[in-house]
Parts: sequence; structure tokens; C-alpha cells
Amino acid sequence: MNAKVHMNNTAGGVVFERVTKRYNDVVAVDDVSFEVRPAQLVTLLGPSGCGKTTTLRMVAGLEPVTSGRIMIGGVDVTHRAANERDVSMVFQSYALFPHMNVLDNVCYGPLSSGISKAKARELAHAKLAMLGLAGLEARLPSELSGGQQQRVAVARSLVLEPAVLLFDEPLSNLDAKLRRRVRQEIRELQQSLDLTVIYVTHDQEEALAVSDQVIVMDRGVIAQQGSPAELYDAPRSRFLADFIGDANLVTGELIHDTSGQVFRANDVSVPVRADGVPPGPATLAVRPHRLILTPAGAGLLPAECRRAAYLGSRVEYVLGTPWGDLLVFDAGVQSPLARGDAAGVQFRPEDAIVLAGHS
Amino acid sequence: MATPLTAARLPAPRTGAAPRDLTTPLFAALALAAFALVPWAMSGGPSAIALLAGHAAKWPKYAAVVSLAPVVVASVLALVSSWVGAARLTAMFAGVALAWAFAQGFYAGANGPAFGLGATIALSALTVCLARALGRLGLFAGNATIATIVVVIGVLLLLFIFYPIGSALVAAFQDAKGNFAPHLVGERLFTEDIWGLGCFGGGTRCGVAINSALLATIVGLLSMLLGLALALVVQRGGQRYAGLMKVMSVLPVITPPFVVALALVVLFGRTGLITSWLEYVGIPRSRWIYGLPGVAIAQLITFTPISFMLLHGALHAISPALEEAAQTLRASRGRVFRTVTWPLLRPALANAFLLAAVESLADFGNPIVLAGNFEVLSTKIFFAVAGAQYDAGRAAVLAIVLLGLTLLAFFLQQRWVGRASYVTVSGKGDGGAPAQLPGKLWRGCLGIAGAFIVFTLMCYAVILTGGFVKDIGRGDMTPSFRHFLDGFRVEWASHGLFFSGSAWDSLFTTIQVAAVSAPLTAVVGLLSAYVITRHRFAGRRAFEFLTLVSFAVPGTVIGVSYIVAFNIAPLELTGGMAILVLCFVFRNMPVGVRSGVAALAQIDKTLDEASATLRASTWRTLLRVVTPLLRSAILVTLVFSFTRAMTAVSAVIFLATAKYNLSTVYIINRVEAGEYPLAIVYSTVLMLFMLAVLLLMQKFIGEAKLGRRGPGVVVAAQ
Repeated sequence: MNAKVHMNNTAGGVVFERVTKRYNDVVAVDDVSFEVRPAQLVTLLGPSGCGKTTTLRMVAGLEPVTSGRIMIGGVDVTHRAANERDVSMVFQSYALFPHMNVLDNVCYGPLSSGISKAKARELAHAKLAMLGLAGLEARLPSELSGGQQQRVAVARSLVLEPAVLLFDEPLSNLDAKLRRRVRQEIRELQQSLDLTVIYVTHDQEEALAVSDQVIVMDRGVIAQQGSPAELYDAPRSRFLADFIGDANLVTGELIHDTSGQVFRANDVSVPVRADGVPPGPATLAVRPHRLILTPAGAGLLPAECRRAAYLGSRVEYVLGTPWGDLLVFDAGVQSPLARGDAAGVQFRPEDAIVLAGHS
Repeated sequence: MATPLTAARLPAPRTGAAPRDLTTPLFAALALAAFALVPWAMSGGPSAIALLAGHAAKWPKYAAVVSLAPVVVASVLALVSSWVGAARLTAMFAGVALAWAFAQGFYAGANGPAFGLGATIALSALTVCLARALGRLGLFAGNATIATIVVVIGVLLLLFIFYPIGSALVAAFQDAKGNFAPHLVGERLFTEDIWGLGCFGGGTRCGVAINSALLATIVGLLSMLLGLALALVVQRGGQRYAGLMKVMSVLPVITPPFVVALALVVLFGRTGLITSWLEYVGIPRSRWIYGLPGVAIAQLITFTPISFMLLHGALHAISPALEEAAQTLRASRGRVFRTVTWPLLRPALANAFLLAAVESLADFGNPIVLAGNFEVLSTKIFFAVAGAQYDAGRAAVLAIVLLGLTLLAFFLQQRWVGRASYVTVSGKGDGGAPAQLPGKLWRGCLGIAGAFIVFTLMCYAVILTGGFVKDIGRGDMTPSFRHFLDGFRVEWASHGLFFSGSAWDSLFTTIQVAAVSAPLTAVVGLLSAYVITRHRFAGRRAFEFLTLVSFAVPGTVIGVSYIVAFNIAPLELTGGMAILVLCFVFRNMPVGVRSGVAALAQIDKTLDEASATLRASTWRTLLRVVTPLLRSAILVTLVFSFTRAMTAVSAVIFLATAKYNLSTVYIINRVEAGEYPLAIVYSTVLMLFMLAVLLLMQKFIGEAKLGRRGPGVVVAAQ
């Protein structure tokens, strides 16, 4: 790829201000505010029905908002139609026009904006070359592979040099291997062109891999917003700990005593770090790879192997403990435990996350 | 590789308020131009502003001022407010101008001038202004284009479906002089003529409504059973009977609605071929064919293909796996049919029954040829206004009764069938062969189907040969082109070709009317389908209902309504060609809506959205994305509305005139005059013409289907 090209030098970001979307009695998006700064890639992440796609479509202008304000590049666009906003969207289905070839698809936006045919072709060829699609101009979308279709869709959106580029689950129609490669390409493209991107996905791994910022949505509201590391290491609720990555969740009680903070569940107490969490009912969240296997008799908790799944790079165990079944990822694949073997489990206090309350 | 790109090479991103709307003031200006320049009235003469300035036509000046000044002033105000972008004021002034224009027109009625070209242009432009302003105000999802489509089509439907039917309702309350006379409704409605039950009690005859209902029930039931037998034979008989399917799907499309009746008269009339033959065997000649038996047989042959198509579809949708499952559970062939196939078919059977009953109620062509003394509603309505006894009030009451019966049938269909359909269409088809029928049932079906086919073939054979023999009515089968030349003679005259045959005029008019109305039907129908399927807005359901309503209204009712409504100013259309076109467009529109809705369901909605996010306007999306993908649906709609316009008779028989005569009306008149051979030869020409049109379409659509690539998306050939 050639030297870094700046495209959004005039464009600002997106401001979403107290936006609500109601379908009759159902509130799909409830008083949501966030900001996307220029040249950032922000992911909207959440389970299906959480309102992330509705939010994206409101930015695009494909859904009218019920109340609130949307600004793009410092301009209030709340009441503008989709074709009057400086955004482009890459659809989940790619939405390539099946009756037009690749070149006509990519030229469609410039021609709609009143740019001359020659100019539109020049712009389209440049973008197609940039995405490695040179030579495919005369093909119909149905004659392309899934990955190529996806790149045509990206080229078609980029050719208008929009202030904001929107991706709606762009990888869901690709197979697993291709997905990893394409998400890297999208990230590289975004960083090399300084694009402002809003990206919707339900795949937490994808979100962590590509984003500057992740906004986790749940039932129409923002559950938490932050960098991928913040979300992974310091989830703010049981829902978040469970949704982002795997987590063992134990309900119990946080006690402040002379030795410091202690988490207690089912008569087993372990030392934890829980600054700012009030004593009382609490939930402990530990990532499976932060749990360490010990020989039987050692460790914080006694354990018995219930199930073991050998995955090559690691072994996934389900261990029966006084805290219930715990999921443990162990890298020691040389001598795995067998079903029924006794063992112990421990973890470092700083590796456990303590959340107030039980839900 | 790529040259560096900068935002400066593209138009700067628009900032501030949404871009200025110049289209609305343009339409307001168009309205004003029409006021100033184009003759206001249908009879020509001065424009609206000239009328105001004193060039009075047939009405006094003060009347012109009162009628038109407010319209012109409101239009000027609408122009000004749309220019400055005040949507609320624009909507208000355009609305006032429209309301006043229509109000004065209807108030003046026959005393005022009929709306002419100027009025049409101005009022259309004002409707667009109103619609766009409403869109700008946030109605219709805030999309001015969608608002325009919905409002314009809605206004047209109100004017050309609801206003005429409403006028007919009102006419039922008026006496011969047009005075309001509510007591007449009761007198007209509750008479022995309509509701009499004499024929059941040993008396001579029943009321006309009872006759119609009786006929509809008989035809509904029998054509349901016939259709089922045929469908079973075709669906379970394998490839051998597939040709039958093709014939059955084409026949109703190309057959004018009185052809079968004509054939029956030729075969079974007093001097008919079979009647004469029977006389040799000792069965005396009689007029049995004129009356209930004849009409019922004619309608059975005409409408059974419709029930057949419906039931064939339903049979096809029953997954063979269900029947195979029953077989593996030890059920015999008879038991499989009784416990699985038949129950699954029941909703479709009810549907077929009601559809055939509705068709029978609305049918005009068969009864007018065959009914004799057995009077039915559709023909009775016609004679109430067509004969010497012009009685619009009576026709209106009869039309209301017919409409009521039809709506009752549709209501029953919704109640019985609406939710009870078991037929599910899923993408994944189970393999497997459909179960074989029990032996007795199979032989029975085969026998019935065979008899039906033979009888139908006989009818069509009579039509195809009857025009080319000396006198088929009296059994003289000497080949002769005399009748054909009577109708379709072409001569070389001094100034070139001269179409001297008596049928040419009506044929040319018919083709012209059909050719004008078909594209209009397609545009109106498919635009409605697009709006209904692709856009969410308040009132969408109501709009969908409006677009489909005319489907439920029998043609005779529409015909009589048009006569009542469009005979006087301000909408004085009778006698012209426009009313024929309008009648076809709004009667056939539901076909366009339904094929459009079906086709759009196959096209991913995100294509439209992608187009919108790529800065395309709604019109551009429609033109560049939706239209190319709808190619097949457009062709189907064009051909269907064309052939329907060529074969329709029930509504247009009220509207055709000596100057603008239509083929079907011409043929009916020949039948009335007893000139059967000419009627038959004309029918043959019509059917062959439409067969050619149909084959031509299949060639086009066939190519379009070859170009289909990728699943789920209809791709037009390049």
C-alpha cells in the first residue's frame, strides 16, 4: 500500500446526544449519549436486540430518532435524510447492486452526488486499486468471492470520502479464517487513512481486536464504554464480565478485616483487591486463564477434575470446587489431568475482579 | 498506485440546515402557469386568470371570481411560502387551494364548467406541493418523494374508486330528477324483483339477488371440485400431464369472458350443432341452454382454471415428507389422502370456492349471452341504465346489492381462510415423491378431468373454426372467409391501405386504450408496492387497503358508478377515451401492486439503504436500483394489464361509445344482433393476438430468468 493518505482532514467526529428510539411501546435505544472522536474506530458491541444496529442506523439516517440530537462533523444532522448526511455504510449483506458490475457499484455514490462520469471513474479506479481490486472492474458481484465482495463494499463506501464510515457486522458473512484477516485489513485501512469509523458487532473478540474504544450496549443503554483493555480487565458489572471474554462468576460476600479485604463464599475465604467496593454482598469474577492449577492439597480451593478438553494450545478444564464448577484454561498440555483427578486452584489477588452486589 | 486524495476534490460537505428544497416552489409555479396560460375548462376557452379578468365564458363574472380567485390567491401564497421554506404554510395554502377548487367545482356541478387541461395541471401540481410540504413537516417518514407518491396515488384512488362508488350510493337515495328521496331506497331495495324466493316454492322465478347467489354457490362448489380433480391429476400424474397445466394457466388470460358462452350457443342453442344431432336421436329441440344451466356451465368452464391454479399451488406446497411420514406409519393410500392431504388442502378449497363464487357474481359476459329469463345482478344493472328505462337510482341499488354480496364473500374468505392456511413456503424443500392417490379416487379424477378437457376443447374448437365456415349456427360447415372479411377487410385505396372491415375501428381503439393504460397501471401499481413494502409511515396500512380495494368491486358496479359520477361537471369524462383508460388503470392496479409486492420481497431492502447512504435521492434509487431489479415484475404487470384491458367487458360496456368502441363491446353487440359468425371470428382474432403477446412476453422473461445469478436476488439480464 502506498504512503499514508489523509482523508478526513476537515471532518469531525460523531456526537450522539441523549438519543432515544421508540417503536410504539418498545424502547430500542434509551437516552444514549456518546462521542466518537475523529480518526478513531469505535465499536458498538452487545448481544442481539441490544440496540447497537439501531444506533448505527440512526447515525446513517436510516432510522428517524424519537428524541435527542446527532451531530456529524460539528453539524446537527438529526433531521436530515440518509442521502443528505456525510456518512457511508458497509452493510452486513454488503448490499452490492446485483445488476451493476464492480465499477458501476463503486461509481454509484459519486454519480449520485453529481460528479461527472469521468471523474467518478477516476475516483473509483483509485479506490479499487487501493483495495487490491484492480482488474475486477467488469465483474458482477455474483462473480466475486465473499472476501472480494466485502472489499468492493468498502471501496464503494470509501469513494465518497465520508466524514464517518459505518460498518454493520461486516464479517458475519465470511468464514472463520477469512474473518481474522479481513478485520486486520479494516483496522489497517482505518489507521492509515485516519478514518472515523463506527463498527457494530456481536463478537467480543472482534471488538477487542479492532477498536480504539468499545461501547458495550445492553437492552438499549450503554453498559460500559472504554478501551478494550479497560473493558477486559475492569468490567463494571456481572453482565460485562460475562459478556467480554470468559469469566468464572462466584457470588459471595466482601469482608474488610484486619488483614485487608477478603472475599468469602461457601465458607472459603480468599484475599482480594477490591478498592472502592463496599463490604457486603459481592460477585467475584476470574478469567479462566488467570486460574492456576496446583497439586492436590495446595492452592486456595480444593478441586476435582470433572471434564477436560484438549485444544492443542491449552487444555480447558471444568473443575468441581466448593465454589461450584470453575472453568480453567491451562497451558500445561504435557500432562493433563484426567476425569476424577484431585487438584487445587489458586489465583493472584490482583487477577480477580470484585463487583458489588449479586447481579 | 492511487493518487493522493483530498476532500477538496469532492463537493464540500454540506453544513447548516438541510439543503434547500426548490422542487416544491417549482410545482407551485407550474400551477400558477397553468392558471395563467392553459384553458381552464374542458370545452377549452380562456385560462383561469383570463376568466377572472373578465373573459367570462358561460358563467357570470362574479361566479368566476368567487370560484377561482381564492384558488389563485392561495396558490400564490403557497409559492411564496414554499420559496422561503415554510412547510407548514405551504401545506396550508396548497390544501386550501385544492379544497376550494374541488368544492366550487362540485357545488356548481352541471352549472359550472368541467375541469379541463388547465385545471388538471394546476390541481395535480398543487397536490404535489401539498404532499411535499407534508413530507417536509415530518409526515411519511419525512421523505418528500414518498409523500408525493402516497398522496398523489391516494388522491387518484379517492377520485376514481371511492368518489364514483360514493356517487352511486348517493344515487340510490335520489329520485329521477336528482332530488334527495330516502324513502325510495326502501322501495327499490326490498322488492320481489331482487329478493323473491318464488322459484323455491314452486313459483316461476326468484329475485335477481337470489339468482346471483344461487348461481355463485353452484359455480363455486362445482368449479372447486373440478379444479381439485384437475389439480390432482396434474400434480400426482407426473410429467405426462404437465402440458395441461400450461394450457390451463394461459386460457383464462387470453379468453374474452363471453367466448365460452358463444361456443355453448353454437353447440346447444335451438339450432346448435349438438342439438340438431340429438334431434336425429329423438330428443326434441329446446331452449334449455338459455338460463341457469347454460350460465352455470359457461362459468364453470371459464373459472375452473382459476380454482385449478389455486389448488395446484396448494397441492404443490404440501411437503411430500408429510405424506411419506404417514405412509411409514402404516397408513394406506386412502388413509393418507383422508387424514393428511385433504385436511391440509381445506383452506385452499375454501379459497377456491369463494374466488370462483366472486368471479361468478361479477361475471357479465356469460350471463349477457346465455341468461335468457334467468336474470342476474350484473346484467340487470346494465339493463337498468343501458336500456330505454334509464334509471340510475335502480341501477345504484342493484349495484349496492352486488357489492354487498361480493364483500360478504371476501369477508367469509378472510374469516375462514385468512389465518387457517397451513401452507408454508420455506426455502428448503424436502425431497421425496408425492403420495399416489387411492385407485378409485385417481380413476374418478382422471375421468372428470378428461371430460372437462374434452368439453373445453370442443368449445375452443367451435370458436376457432366457427368464424371460417359459412354458417356454423345452422350447421353449414362449408369453409368461407366471408365473416373474416366482413370484420377485417383491408383494401388498397387511392391514398394507401384502407381498413374497410367493420371491426377495425374497435380493434384499434382497444389496442390503443390497452397500450396506454398498461404502462400507467404498471407505474401506479409498482410505485404503490414500493412505498408499501419499503417505507414505514403512519397510514401505510390504510394506503395498502386503498390500493387493493378495487379488486373486490365487480366491474359492473364500477361501470355504473363511473356513469353516475363522471357524467356531469366538474369531472365530466364520459364519452371520451380518458375514462376508458382511467377505468382500466384503477381496476387493474391491484395486479400491479401484488406482483410488485411479491417481487420486492425477493430483493434485499439493504440495497435501497445502500443507495441512500451513497447520496442517491429516492427517485434515483427507484430508477437505478429498484426498477432494473423489478424488470420481470414490470413485464408481467404490463402484459397482464394489457390483456385484461383487451378482454374486459363488464365495466367498459357502460363507458364505450360509438366513437370509442371496444372489441369486447363490439362483439357483445354482434351477439345481441344475432351475428354470431362475426362475433366468433373477432373472438378468434382477439385470442390469437393475445396469445402472441403472451408468447412474446415469455421470450423476454425467459431471457431474464436465464440471467439470474446468485441465490435470493432477482437479476435482470444485462
